[in-house]
Amino acid sequence: MRNYKNIFSNIDWPTVLLYLALVLIGWVNIYAAVYNEDHHSIFDISQRYGKQLMWIVLGLIIAFVILLVDSHFFTSFAIPIYLAVLLSLLLVLVFGVKINGATSWFQFGSFKIQPSEFAKFATSLALAKYLSAININMKDVKTKVMAALIIGLPAVFILLQNDTGSTLVYAAFIFVLYREGLSGNILLFGILAILIFVLTLIFGPVEIILVTTFSYIIIYSMLKYSAKTALIAVLVFSGLVYGFYSFELSNIILYATIGIGLIGLFIFLVAQKEMKGKGVHYVGVLIFVLTCAYVFSIDFAFNKVLKEHQRTRITVLLGEEDKLIEQIEGLKLKRDERGISKEDKQSIRDDIGAKRFSLRELRQGNGWNIKQSLIAIGSGGFAGKGFLEGTQTKFDFVPEQSTDFIFCTIGEEWGFIGTFVLMCIYIGLFLRLLYLAERQRSIFSRVYGYAVASILFFHFLINIGMTIGLAPVIGIPLPFISYGGSSLWSFTILLFIFIKLDSERLLVLR
Amino acid sequence: MNLSSRKFIVGLIFLVIGVLFIARLFTVQVLDDKYKLDSDSNVMREITQYPARGLIYDRNGELLVYNEAAYDLMVIPKQVKEIDTLALCTLLEIEKDVFLEKFNKAKKYSRYKASTFLKEISSISYANIQEQLFQYPGFFVQTRTLRKYPRNSAAHILGYIGEVNQNTIEKKPYYKSGDYIGKSGLEYSYEELLRGTRGVKRVLVDVHNREKGSYKDGEADTMAVTGSVIKTTLDIVLQEYGERLMQNKKGSIVAIEPKTGEILALVSAPNYDPNMLVGRAVGKNYPILSKDSLNPLFNRALMAKYPPGSIFKTVQAMIGLEQGVISENSSFACNKSLVGCHNHPTATSVAASVKMSCNPYYYHVYKRILQQRRVKSIFKDSELGLAIWSEQVKKFGFGQRLETDLPSIKSGYVPDVAFYNKWYGEGRWAFSTIYSLSIGQGEMGVIPLQMANLSATIANKGFYYVPHFVKNIEKSDTVPKKFTTKNKVGISEKHFETVIDGMYGVVYESGGTARRARIHDSIVVCGKTGTAQNPHGEDHSVFIAFAPRENPKIAVAVYVENAGGGGTWAAPIASLMIEQYLTDSIATRNLIKEKRILDANLLNVIPKK
Repeated sequence: MRNYKNIFSNIDWPTVLLYLALVLIGWVNIYAAVYNEDHHSIFDISQRYGKQLMWIVLGLIIAFVILLVDSHFFTSFAIPIYLAVLLSLLLVLVFGVKINGATSWFQFGSFKIQPSEFAKFATSLALAKYLSAININMKDVKTKVMAALIIGLPAVFILLQNDTGSTLVYAAFIFVLYREGLSGNILLFGILAILIFVLTLIFGPVEIILVTTFSYIIIYSMLKYSAKTALIAVLVFSGLVYGFYSFELSNIILYATIGIGLIGLFIFLVAQKEMKGKGVHYVGVLIFVLTCAYVFSIDFAFNKVLKEHQRTRITVLLGEEDKLIEQIEGLKLKRDERGISKEDKQSIRDDIGAKRFSLRELRQGNGWNIKQSLIAIGSGGFAGKGFLEGTQTKFDFVPEQSTDFIFCTIGEEWGFIGTFVLMCIYIGLFLRLLYLAERQRSIFSRVYGYAVASILFFHFLINIGMTIGLAPVIGIPLPFISYGGSSLWSFTILLFIFIKLDSERLLVLR
Repeated sequence: MNLSSRKFIVGLIFLVIGVLFIARLFTVQVLDDKYKLDSDSNVMREITQYPARGLIYDRNGELLVYNEAAYDLMVIPKQVKEIDTLALCTLLEIEKDVFLEKFNKAKKYSRYKASTFLKEISSISYANIQEQLFQYPGFFVQTRTLRKYPRNSAAHILGYIGEVNQNTIEKKPYYKSGDYIGKSGLEYSYEELLRGTRGVKRVLVDVHNREKGSYKDGEADTMAVTGSVIKTTLDIVLQEYGERLMQNKKGSIVAIEPKTGEILALVSAPNYDPNMLVGRAVGKNYPILSKDSLNPLFNRALMAKYPPGSIFKTVQAMIGLEQGVISENSSFACNKSLVGCHNHPTATSVAASVKMSCNPYYYHVYKRILQQRRVKSIFKDSELGLAIWSEQVKKFGFGQRLETDLPSIKSGYVPDVAFYNKWYGEGRWAFSTIYSLSIGQGEMGVIPLQMANLSATIANKGFYYVPHFVKNIEKSDTVPKKFTTKNKVGISEKHFETVIDGMYGVVYESGGTARRARIHDSIVVCGKTGTAQNPHGEDHSVFIAFAPRENPKIAVAVYVENAGGGGTWAAPIASLMIEQYLTDSIATRNLIKEKRILDANLLNVIPKK
């Protein structure tokens, strides 16, 4: 028997409240971001804030509808939904329109829809369905391959649309797989790979190879005694390196050495456990060789494969702009020194000219966005400049103010208080979702719950990280807050399917 | 490992990232001030408020220079959308291809920043255009001020202004590119007072440089301070008269009020209309003026060096009297073999020698000054004598740069011992080598300002005030000290009186060389003629004078190039100037004299054989 009381009594209201809070925050800040004096009503449909209200209302209706639908609908139709969405991803390549460089949209008149948004929950459903089947074990190669396929296919299709941002989101599924049994080493491996990637770009392949080599050698030799000794040796070595370099390079190299050392240590310990005897030595050499190959391939891929604007996104992040400015200042001092020969002076001038040119290019590219974003957020201070008083926002210094960079408006107008509260709401939501996922009786619901949390977390990580200069400029929306019908609805669907599943968890037979 | 405990790992990762972000936000928002400052600089623009330049008046309150608004049409290319180009061209009265050329130039400069589209449109055009401008977004009018000279005269004194150049900007950080600065004349000397102080208005702009309102409600704005008004000592009516008298002639007139040193008029001919060097016209007119062979831009009163000629005899006489080598009744025969002279009776007194301007007389006077028989060797004697003589001459303001408040004043030259030692060799010259100095020829150089100063010194009977133009500066009580200091020349009053007797005779007694300097009986004029030799052509005509004899009010020096005898041209000009100043009119009997002067064209005089 189904009556409304039952349907709504088991819904996890904390989650719904967090959702509504975020949606409301989004709506209000879109109003502030694109406020137009001539259309000062927040309900004005001709402006984005009025439109966002429409999307919100429609989104609530969708949410309501989802809650009405039986949860078995989702478990039964997971695969068909997934396949349909996959098809639409292919079709959009043929029939879709190109907006902002990505062929990701279907356009019907003035109405636009983006299939890749819907692929998120479709893939989550499909993965949940697959992993909840009998005899599935993440330790099996077959399982790993199938999971990779389910996740990988949509990712590849989206990549073909030239939408790198949305493709990257699929990396979030690693959390889901990890929870279902995928080896933690892969996670560590991933972190190590990212660490080495960043450091290679900052310091160059040769330096990093040297650092990693020394780390590994020390760890390897120290393992003869004990893991603890090896750890101490790594720390000592890091300290020496830091002392040696501290006058020139930043703290990064210290952390890098410790980081590489620790992670390498864990890998060796694991290898030691898995393979007794002589095998360990081979693993050691293998790891070393692979690291070198990886480092060089990073260098190669960065310079030869990535496009210029993608490179600048990363270099900007690594503080290239500040580095260039420092270099130019240094050169200017040298140029103004007394007793310098005419040729030297001229060559210094040429140098300055070339660097200024690079700086300009850097700034005109994405460096400008990050800088403006940081300025907007940073200038908010502790309590913000006040609602509708954000100068950077008001005067359009930050691009994409209502979509990708919506966080800047929050930062500028509500200050640290505002951003802190927002962080709490989001982290609260993620942790709540984890808690809900864990209390599910069915594997399907748990997997799906982890997928929701991971996807939302990943958007959060990249979007906000980008605005505060900790992640490269990748245009993905901030869930529930960025302006846009497609993204709001897809996140709403993603979330409310889980809320529905959760509300009927007690109906699952063990 | 129990798989479900992995939730802690995942949760931990979420938490760590959250903490990391919060820490970063704390750093960026609360700890680091850099972004706050950057946001201000993004958003704030400073708009300079230009002050009005100070006005200049003459001694009687007549306006000499004022500011006139000029209008520049500016454009910001990015804001120009969908305009009726043809209609705009008609409104601006320019051709379409000219329009496009200017527009492209503005676009190349910057799409977001304003640049000048049309310079200095007339106020009539401005009125028409301003009404219609709302139809053409992106175009706006910016007002500037230009200098206007209502009297069309005193160009050399007032000077002109122009855009400041890079060198000056580097040396004087107050100035920025596009500022105006005085380049000559009083505009230059009193630049700091006339320019006022810039103000600044701070406005908020958006990312496209559009003004959005006042920064902090105008708290940080400063008002512009207008330039000081300067009242000069100039008598513009006298100045204009002088310029008229000197038309079609080359030379200068300088008139000073002896008891104050105030300059009443300073004429350099040929001159030019000061309105020619204003604003847009400068580009066209300056080359014309600077290439003119008659050098109208050259201020002869301050920069033309001439040998003083016979007017210098007054100085020689006074030095001789003061040194005691002659007395007021000394007599010397007019021995033309010593030095040429015109025919006249023997001068039996100093006064007579001045009246008749006897050259051999001064040959003797100078010889006695130079060779006072202190030592046996005439060479050594001359050295000693010359040293005393140079020293004394310089006290009259010769051979040094008078500190008048105008730029580019030459100091002239008074030869001294070192000079002749170098020229001839030590011990190899004596009076006989340098005797031409006795009659104001030779290696001496003076400028008309110094001659007028001499006239004033004689009028004062022994001292002068540095000639100056500033009478009063608004907002400040006193005139600079150097202008109110009496400079005594160190010769007793009675010797001056002797010379003045002679100068009286020049005008009124028979044998006097400048009867044309007479005005009428109620004004007594004292003067001295000079005829400066010119190896390149006709001699120059020189005259110094002051009037009235008792309680003199005006001292004048007139110098007319290539005009022959001093009494013929310079003297009547001087007397007309004096008459105009003292009586504000020219008496009927002097009108013929005036007409003759006005009609004369001495520019292309055929040199005498």
